Amino acid sequence: MKTTMYYKTKKIAINVLIHAFLISVAITCVYPLLWMVSSSLKTQSTVFSDPSLIPKQINFMNYYLAVKEGNFGKYFLNSIFYTSSVVFGIVIISSLAAYAFSRLRFPGQNIIFALFLAAMMIPIPGSFVALYVLLNKLHLRNTPIGYILCMINVGLSTSIFLLKTFFDKMPKELEDAARIDGCSKFGIWWHVALPLAKPVLAVLVVFNALNVWNEYILALIIFDSRQFMPLQVALQTFQGEFVTNYPLLMAGLTITALPIIIVYLLMQKYIIKGVTQGAVVG
Amino acid sequence: MRLKSTLENYLFILPAVVIFSVFYIIPFFYVFMLGFTDWDGIMPAWNWVGMGNFKEIILQDPNWWQSMLNAGWITVIALTFQNILAFLLAWACDREIRLKNFYRVIFFIPPVLSEIVVGMVWRFIINDVDGANMINRTLTQIGLPNLVHNWLSDPKTALTTVAIVHSWKGFGWGFLLFLAGLQTIPRELYEAARVDGANAWQSFKNVTIPLMIPVIVLVAILTVLGTMQAFALIIGLVGGELAGHTSVPVLRILASMRGSSRFGYACAQAITFGVVLIVISFIQYRFSKKAKA
Repeated sequence: MKTTMYYKTKKIAINVLIHAFLISVAITCVYPLLWMVSSSLKTQSTVFSDPSLIPKQINFMNYYLAVKEGNFGKYFLNSIFYTSSVVFGIVIISSLAAYAFSRLRFPGQNIIFALFLAAMMIPIPGSFVALYVLLNKLHLRNTPIGYILCMINVGLSTSIFLLKTFFDKMPKELEDAARIDGCSKFGIWWHVALPLAKPVLAVLVVFNALNVWNEYILALIIFDSRQFMPLQVALQTFQGEFVTNYPLLMAGLTITALPIIIVYLLMQKYIIKGVTQGAVVG
Repeated sequence: MRLKSTLENYLFILPAVVIFSVFYIIPFFYVFMLGFTDWDGIMPAWNWVGMGNFKEIILQDPNWWQSMLNAGWITVIALTFQNILAFLLAWACDREIRLKNFYRVIFFIPPVLSEIVVGMVWRFIINDVDGANMINRTLTQIGLPNLVHNWLSDPKTALTTVAIVHSWKGFGWGFLLFLAGLQTIPRELYEAARVDGANAWQSFKNVTIPLMIPVIVLVAILTVLGTMQAFALIIGLVGGELAGHTSVPVLRILASMRGSSRFGYACAQAITFGVVLIVISFIQYRFSKKAKA
């Protein structure tokens, strides 16, 4: 009797410790972000005098200033535009290629696919130097289309690989039925393969969207003109100009981070699935 | 008819192949070619310099090797502190615990944020401005005022501070992979170990760890490759190389390219760095095969 009591208490104590550990780490994950949002609602003077997480006076002035003086409305729209164009491009281009690699036959097929695979594995950390030169030659540097094409390439290999894996496992009967009904190859890709691939496409859309929204180095070297800059690069110029105005900077950061956090919370099922699947792939 | 069909098949891969050739294959060979030149990125003319750039990197560029050491130090902290934390959290969550999904969602918030955002937010939290430094203020409040420190501007602590923020941003990846790995371990094995009289530590050491080796190696490889190439966090956190104290290879490459307009040299640095990364992952891969055997 005594020993069962002992084990029960011990078990409860261990569980309490484990939960305390998990909760304290969870708090450190969330606290900096709450602090960011909270500081963005303070003023330059209250941000130092009022250390509480919920500001005594809530003030949206910084958001107004960030959009009006800092031009964050424009940068936000740029980021939205790049993210949606790149994701759209990747979905169409990679699904076409993946379908061909999985279902169609043509000479050189395996070699070309192996090249895409190799690109996924080999890191080229300095590729931005060459891309800068190349885009200059093509007169595509400092243009949105140059950036969009580069970013489509960044997401292409992995997307093709994931989609091909899916198409390989897809039953052929539906496609055969469509073919008998007189559907062309492109028709089958569009009407049969793409709708079936929706779960994989969701993972691809979320991952590539996060990737483009957060991308920094290519945007930094490609864009000179402010009118084209996405949020991540604009933040840096913004920080340079308003170097001591922390509440204003925090408003800029909140504008940049909040959409990602919301998308993540809505789509977390796909993201967590994607991470675990993607790792098995790599 | 056959020919038309084959051509039609090529149409499917045409857009992907064009983009991939122009933006991956050409730049790939371009880097290799430029690495052997003295091109400044502006003038149309350039000279072949043979192995000159590589000799300079290896023999006369202490800043480069310093940046490599810095990245190595951040990687050491990521491999130990970050991954052990990730493993412990995953192990804690694996124990049939309530709120498992809640923790899973929360721990992956830092990884979805950009390095720039994470750097700037943490800069605000641990900056040197009096009163706004949350860490220093907390240290004062809990009665440890002698630990108050200019974490980011002191060359002695700047790099380690960078590494810890990097670990904060990155541990969620390892956590998810470790947890996924732990959940594939059949519960019967733990049951059997318990029946055989193993205590918690013994079953952890003899059941969990051996079965987790492949996942541990995978996480280690991803950590090394990701951490060695990280740099945007440093720009957000301290604004740049901080006179070499927080420089990392990618920042060096960027400096050769934009700061001193030495495109050829920047490409040679990129090649050197790429080779180092490939060698590291190859060694880790071999090591994992040995561990399995």
